[in-house]
Amino acid sequence: MDAVSPPSKAPFSLTQRLDEALKQPKLVRVLKLMLFVACLWPMVEPPLHLYLDPLALGANPAEHIIRDWGDWALQLLLLTLLVTPLRLWLGVGGLLRFRRMLGLFAFAALCLHVLAYLGFDRFFIWDEIWADLLKRPFITLGMIGFVLLLALALTSSRAMVLRLGGALWTRIHKLIYPAAILAVIHYWLMVKRDVTEPLLYACLLFMLLAARLPQVRPWLKKRRS
Amino acid sequence: MSDFSKHDAIQSPRLIKSLRYPVPAGSEITPEAVYLNRRALLGMMGAGLASVALPEESKAASKIEPLAAQKNAKFLPPSDPPTDIKLATSYNNYYEFGTSKSAPAREAESLTVRPWTVEVTGEVMKPRRIDLEELMRLQLEERIYRFRCVEAWSMVVPWIGFEFRQLAALVEPTSKAKYVRFTTVARPEEMSGLRAKLPSLDWPYTDGLRMDEAMHPLTLMVVGMYGQTLPNQNGAPLRLMVPWKYGFKNVKSIVKIEFLEKQPEGSWTKAASNEYGFYSNVNPQVDHPRWSQKRERLLPALFASRETELFNGYGEQVASLYAGMNLRFNY
Repeated sequence: MDAVSPPSKAPFSLTQRLDEALKQPKLVRVLKLMLFVACLWPMVEPPLHLYLDPLALGANPAEHIIRDWGDWALQLLLLTLLVTPLRLWLGVGGLLRFRRMLGLFAFAALCLHVLAYLGFDRFFIWDEIWADLLKRPFITLGMIGFVLLLALALTSSRAMVLRLGGALWTRIHKLIYPAAILAVIHYWLMVKRDVTEPLLYACLLFMLLAARLPQVRPWLKKRRS
Repeated sequence: MSDFSKHDAIQSPRLIKSLRYPVPAGSEITPEAVYLNRRALLGMMGAGLASVALPEESKAASKIEPLAAQKNAKFLPPSDPPTDIKLATSYNNYYEFGTSKSAPAREAESLTVRPWTVEVTGEVMKPRRIDLEELMRLQLEERIYRFRCVEAWSMVVPWIGFEFRQLAALVEPTSKAKYVRFTTVARPEEMSGLRAKLPSLDWPYTDGLRMDEAMHPLTLMVVGMYGQTLPNQNGAPLRLMVPWKYGFKNVKSIVKIEFLEKQPEGSWTKAASNEYGFYSNVNPQVDHPRWSQKRERLLPALFASRETELFNGYGEQVASLYAGMNLRFNY
């Protein structure tokens, strides 16, 4: 059964009821507000914590904050990529309404992450930053990922969808795949020795990308019934 | 031509400025509040309150004893006061207890540090196993050293220890002794990092020095910090401290010291020789392949605004050890 077709006469399943609920604009607005706060809090919390207690983030608060923001950007990026597989699997088309907000928050966290690197680590000394960009693959790849996501963020509005046309817009927004891959490689190259966490993200990303393969999509949909 | 000459090191105005060692005010040398906090904590432990309020810290503190030592006024840092003890004992690289900085403070209390013996062997006249208690009776002194991690952060720490030369004198190295290798204890049953499925490094942890580096008066065998015996996460009961080298050279919880004829290979060099060389002298001109070493973050500062100094500011004392050497090649 397709997500947008009218509900069947059979007793509603939980996902069907969710699908129905997400057609009510009022409820969607409330849920969006909740999602907004949930996405914003992990970005605000580390500096707030530090402001309230200078020792709260340990000996290296800058590193703590840079990594927190980087982690959150990556996690939100993966959550953004989860929307489509989840929508197919559960048959809840309304989930799509939350995707743009997730994507934009991923970009916002990324902006903070980049800004903190430029300021805290490189002290806004531009020739050092430029040297870093050229010399260090994990910085280079991270920055390429940032530029890709910048393009996505700039074209995220409804007006831009209309202006670019659906086909071109979709093509541009497929850049989220290379951007996410770059983000994971960036993390992987950054760690000194213990790659457990980057490996975990790599596995999650692999699954999320695999869910988009034409061989996998129908299987995801079938699981629903 | 070498990238470095003795001339550069001695004439650099920044170096000369940094080596003046002005004596800071008493309150700067000893973070009084820190001592008072610690005392209050110990007092609370007596009342059985700390185990409720601060279980981790109280357990760690229970093994730490006050340790008196003469302050050596020659080794005060140029201007920065010592790092808060709470930070210096909670932000540690000690992979035997996990790869995160916070893991050692949590995990290291499982290490038994008494009794403790050090096997001193190799190219020496009198190889022997030395009990820690004997080492504690050597001439101890407190020195405030800069500590610069290869990860571009730094601290200022009041260490208590004795010069390595004193230990060498106990075993009488022969003329064949050209290098010294230090080895960390490896006890899987006490060290959670050694039980990890994917070992992060090749255990036991080792690293070494050239003989003249080891015998340099700045090279310290450390048994305490901040007026107390070493906390486990900082390498109790005995660790190395070579202030002009990156932090990882300072082997922790030492059980073996070998005098060798050939240059040993340290654990980090074995893991990534292009990133961590044998010398690993602090040098702002030679970047780590993945990050710059030009400046450092003096913790807990947010901005990495401090310019790193050649030999971590100890150039006047140690530059002559490397006269004529190309430090870009011998990183």
